[in-house]
Amino acid sequence: MTVLEPPATRSARFGWALIDSLTIAGRTYSRLRAQPGELAGFLVFPIIMTVLFGYVFGSAITLPGGGDYRSYLMPGIFMQVAALTAVAAATAVSEDMALGLIDRFRAQPIARGAVLVGRSVADLSIHLLSVAMMALCGVVIAGWRPHGSPLETLAGFGLLALFAYAMIWIGTYIGLFVKSGAQADAATFGWLFPLTFLANAFVPLEGLPSWLRPIADWNPMSAVVSAARLLFGNPGSAAASWPLRHPVTSTICWSVLILAVFVPLAVRRYRTATS
Amino acid sequence: MIYAEGLRKRYGAVDALKGVDLEVPQGTVCGLLGPNGAGKTTVVRILTTLLRPDGGTARVAGCDVVADADRLRYRIGLAGQHAAVDELLTGQRNLVMFGRLYHLPRRTARRRAGELLERFGLAEAADRPVKTYSGGMRRRLDLAASLIVAPPVLFLDEPTTGLDPRSRLALWDLLRELVSEGTTVLLTTQYLDEADHLADQIVVVDSGRVVASGSPSALKGKVGGGRVSIAFRDAGDLSAGIEVVRGVLPGEPEIDRGERRLAVPVEDGAASLIKVATALDAAGIPVDDLGLRRPTLDEVFLRLTEVTAA
Repeated sequence: MTVLEPPATRSARFGWALIDSLTIAGRTYSRLRAQPGELAGFLVFPIIMTVLFGYVFGSAITLPGGGDYRSYLMPGIFMQVAALTAVAAATAVSEDMALGLIDRFRAQPIARGAVLVGRSVADLSIHLLSVAMMALCGVVIAGWRPHGSPLETLAGFGLLALFAYAMIWIGTYIGLFVKSGAQADAATFGWLFPLTFLANAFVPLEGLPSWLRPIADWNPMSAVVSAARLLFGNPGSAAASWPLRHPVTSTICWSVLILAVFVPLAVRRYRTATS
Repeated sequence: MIYAEGLRKRYGAVDALKGVDLEVPQGTVCGLLGPNGAGKTTVVRILTTLLRPDGGTARVAGCDVVADADRLRYRIGLAGQHAAVDELLTGQRNLVMFGRLYHLPRRTARRRAGELLERFGLAEAADRPVKTYSGGMRRRLDLAASLIVAPPVLFLDEPTTGLDPRSRLALWDLLRELVSEGTTVLLTTQYLDEADHLADQIVVVDSGRVVASGSPSALKGKVGGGRVSIAFRDAGDLSAGIEVVRGVLPGEPEIDRGERRLAVPVEDGAASLIKVATALDAAGIPVDDLGLRRPTLDEVFLRLTEVTAA
């Protein structure tokens, strides 16, 4: 066999990175095909949340500004599912670490960062599939409708996807530190899940005690939910804080900030990771 | 093929490597022998580009491990302590994926996967998910994955830990075959036996330092041939036995009266055993148990560290 050489030119290097990322993404899809139950889980969880919150909480909560609670709720559930992408990302990365797969990848001439980028893109595409299911389910079961223009609707889903992608990188970074899938779950779900409730996703913020209110006002998740409600034309609540008065800008800023911090951190950690 | 000089590595306050030198000629097997925490894995991780050394230099297959890491990665294979393969994918999918990550064209990657599965006796299991494989099959797949580009240098970090004896022997055979084809191998092991069977040269490391190196027979010469151990029926036989043993062997017997046992350190194990057996038989002393105990790894380390300390 002839001995291969790494690419010499910048464009060859880029092509290399692209192919490596696609190979890694392909791995995620193959895993999913081998484990259809996992995919079902991704799709069913949001549906359960929609029904559970829509009909259980919805029966007790009335919105201060009026409007249908289930229409108010849907953007909140979209955000929650986007935020929890970090859990799956962390679990998967930590399992690869524990198995020694990350070592194998690192001893191969794979483009820098391609393993993590490939994974994150595949995770995002699976997340989008589950968002599509959820939207369908929202329309059929909960009577949810986006009332904005098609472009606004698309922008709403685009912002949610941007936020989800940022969360995937937080999960990736955490996954490179913990020792097992169970630890990864605890190190992400443990604080993320409560945090999704410390926001305007499920209840209007007006009723919160005054010491809790600023946290919820400045929680990036609140901005994401407000932005989605704005772009979908769904009922919202009065915005007291700057981020909630400019939810689209805030969501973009938060997501870009998270990516700017966690992508380099994760790639650096990956390059020195020890399993 | 592998050359390292003065490798140093610190983890926080711990000096994992305190200046390790290594030289492995092409087509030979070097066994890196040492207890847990001796620094064996750290050496392998530095030589396979997974870890940057804090000091010293190393070249593998003509490439500097730091400056030339990407070129080097095309020239080495690494099989670690775990079977580093995707449990959910089939054996075939795993190998094709790793081949693609070496930037082999898709068809070449498929062909190579097929060849390796065949060679490693995994052709029938090729389309089964790896989670259904036995431990030995996983290790073979792991080894196959590290051989995709037929690298001239192969690193094996405790390749047979956790394998049953049969799988271990099968893996040894595969390794010998690769070496006969010209592959240079660095393997770490905790088993003296394994290093003895496979290695042309053994390097013993302890606490981040090389404490001894040489051919297996040279090292065994330093360590000695083990001890002859005899168990007697009763105290009378033991006393008579001690006299007989003293008559035929130069070593001073260690006596355990409670267990009615004695043990004598010997240099030429099997020959001494035959002498003792013949002498005891001639004297008509019955024994419960008679055997040659090979030096344990602990004894090897004790002896070798004593030698370097002196």
